[in-house]
Amino acid sequence: MFNHGTLERHSLLLVVAILFVVAIGGIVEIAPLFYLESTIEKVRGMRPYTPLELAGRQIYVREGCYLCHSQMIRPLRDEVERYGHYSLAAESMYDHPFQWGSKRTGPDLARVGGKYSDEWHRAHLADPRSVVPESVMPPYVFLERTDLRFDDIAGALTANRMVGVPYTDDMIAKAKADLIAQATPDDEGIDAFKNRYAKAEARDFDGDPKRITEMDAVIAYMQMLGTLVDFKTYQADAPENRR
Amino acid sequence: MEPVLGPQRVGFDLFAVPALLVSFLFLAFVVAARTSDPLMSMQAWTFMAGVGGTIIWLVRRYAGGIPADDTSPYANDVVKAGVIASMFWGIAGMLVGVIIALQLAFPSLFYFPDLPFTNFGRLRPLHTSAVIFAFGGNVLIATSFYVVQRTCHARLAGGLWSWFVFWGYQIFILVAGTGYLLGVSQGREYAEPEWYADLWLTLVWVAYLLVFLGTLWKRKEPHIYVANWFYLAFIVTIALLHVVNNLAVPVSWTGIKSYSAFAGVQDALTQWWYGHNAVGFFLTAGFLAIMYYFIPKQAQRPVYSYRLSIVHFWSLIFIYIWAGPHHLHYTALPVWAQTLGMTFSIMLWMPSWGGMINGLMTLSGAWDKLRTDPVLRMLVASVAFYGMSTFEGPVMSIKAVNSLSHYTDWTIGHVHSGALGWVGFVSFGALYCLTPWLWKRERLYSLALVEWHFWISTIGIVFYITSMWVSGIMQGLMWRAYNEFGFLEYSFVETVEAMHPYYIIRALGGLLYLAGTIIMAYNLWRTIKGEVRAVEPLALPAKLAMA
Repeated sequence: MFNHGTLERHSLLLVVAILFVVAIGGIVEIAPLFYLESTIEKVRGMRPYTPLELAGRQIYVREGCYLCHSQMIRPLRDEVERYGHYSLAAESMYDHPFQWGSKRTGPDLARVGGKYSDEWHRAHLADPRSVVPESVMPPYVFLERTDLRFDDIAGALTANRMVGVPYTDDMIAKAKADLIAQATPDDEGIDAFKNRYAKAEARDFDGDPKRITEMDAVIAYMQMLGTLVDFKTYQADAPENRR
Repeated sequence: MEPVLGPQRVGFDLFAVPALLVSFLFLAFVVAARTSDPLMSMQAWTFMAGVGGTIIWLVRRYAGGIPADDTSPYANDVVKAGVIASMFWGIAGMLVGVIIALQLAFPSLFYFPDLPFTNFGRLRPLHTSAVIFAFGGNVLIATSFYVVQRTCHARLAGGLWSWFVFWGYQIFILVAGTGYLLGVSQGREYAEPEWYADLWLTLVWVAYLLVFLGTLWKRKEPHIYVANWFYLAFIVTIALLHVVNNLAVPVSWTGIKSYSAFAGVQDALTQWWYGHNAVGFFLTAGFLAIMYYFIPKQAQRPVYSYRLSIVHFWSLIFIYIWAGPHHLHYTALPVWAQTLGMTFSIMLWMPSWGGMINGLMTLSGAWDKLRTDPVLRMLVASVAFYGMSTFEGPVMSIKAVNSLSHYTDWTIGHVHSGALGWVGFVSFGALYCLTPWLWKRERLYSLALVEWHFWISTIGIVFYITSMWVSGIMQGLMWRAYNEFGFLEYSFVETVEAMHPYYIIRALGGLLYLAGTIIMAYNLWRTIKGEVRAVEPLALPAKLAMA
């Protein structure tokens, strides 16, 4: 007959028992997510972030935007009407880390791309209460004053490839050129860039064509959020999309 | 098994710890010299300042020979340091909390466009990390070092290694906290520090586990006391959670940036498996250990039920691990995982209340002490708050409730009823006990100030959680309100505007709670100085008072 006293007298046995007991739940819940069809499905339209978008995403993470903004629309009537089609698992398949968030002090941003103009984003980020008087968001005017550091952008793509994002050798080699091309009007590398990244939008995002600032990167990221999957052709009821 | 006594003590640790610190100093110097990233440079210099300060402190401590504490039956100095560090980080973390609460209440007053490091997004991780990991972590390390020695009748194992744990942990806090202000974050809630800080913490944590286990191995009691089961579960499981959740690939060895090993759905569940069990094992198991030592000690009664402690220990740690998915209801996480998470969260109610019952019933036959001993009252109130928030948690994990409460302030209120009521109060109770015991004082400087602390902080908690209930439920209802034409009734910003009065009440609640903590720090500081407030004891034993 098992006696609890045995565990109380042998510290290492106690450690092993604790580890065994706490391991079970995690293994049962997390391990299947790495091979289940519904969590690793690919959906047409999804592509890795462009170098500029990735840099913008990094600023989003740096500033802790996820602490007040979610990027996960739940399949509830009011959310779908307010924010758009509910979020698919595939839409964050290249997100290292995920940024679903846990609190909406501000609105969900999963599909904010294309909803506002670049000018609106610039004014809003620089001084939120100049556009939305009731807002409680902090000011981010320093983004447009700070030049974007992107000397290690190829390294960022390489690190992302190591954790599973399908960046090609070509994309990594041209990362810096692609970043410049996306933020510079009439750049000569623009066609090659658009071939590498479908649906990517290239323009001067921050209103200052002479510089590439952090504002360029953040707005480029904002404007692509939730735009990759085309929900006019996506069939939620198709057998491969049901779970 | 006897600790080496006498001033001739020469241990491996006296060479190994300084050697380790010097190597890390050198390593950080190389990184600082080679990096082209200004943030990494600042982080490396901050780290070097922390390690350098520790080395100077060590040299000063041992310059005049081996200190008496090194050869006494119990190591007390490292626990004393932990008490002081807890007070410091508690006030710092709660102050940042009040500031960010004021930012949401009065954005045009408390934001500074030219000072990016004062923005909410950077201060919020500073607040959460400072109160959970800096304040809570120091309380846990200090109390575990105290409790494991007393319950094993053995001196802390490893000599200087316990000081390595203490200072190494403060250095982690320093690097992580200054990093947040600079904009260093890997964007995972409650796990924001970047890869190099995570590695350093792993090293410190392994040393912590070994010091704790080593002390258990030296014990003169055949049985390991129940508080130590909880400490052990806390240390071991936090190590597991920390390592798995922070798996990442750095861009370069001299850069701050890393990318999580997981993406999307897998990343989300890994993070909330970590996040929920940081609550389960850091903020629950660890502080239950405090409850299991300090309540029986202060009430001078044995733990209510040995059998209940066994049952609720194993069921608590088994069930907690499954509850993470309730943070991801209605998301892209598969429904079966959400349902499992909800089911186990509801089941979790039982072992949680098992712990509450065991703590409260320990007062059987000693309930009268609640009238005369404000420290015991604080400890007991903490267990009552624990019971309340471990009931609220399962309610909120029900999908129908969660569809309303998720993303709202209700969650924030729930967290704070646990954090302020349970974790805060049980910590304060332990600090009020430890200070006179460690510094060999007859009693606390003033019991009247403990009364003030108790009531001011309790009122603060009530303001905090009631305002967040109202604002959370109200905002959840406003988001889903439809007008007579079938359109959404409110724009998002209208719901933000409606929060304003509640954000003011919340900030006031936080301010009161902070005021209570400052009163405690003052009281403990006077106690340490050896002063006793020259008044009649506030409450006389009942018989005397009636006579």
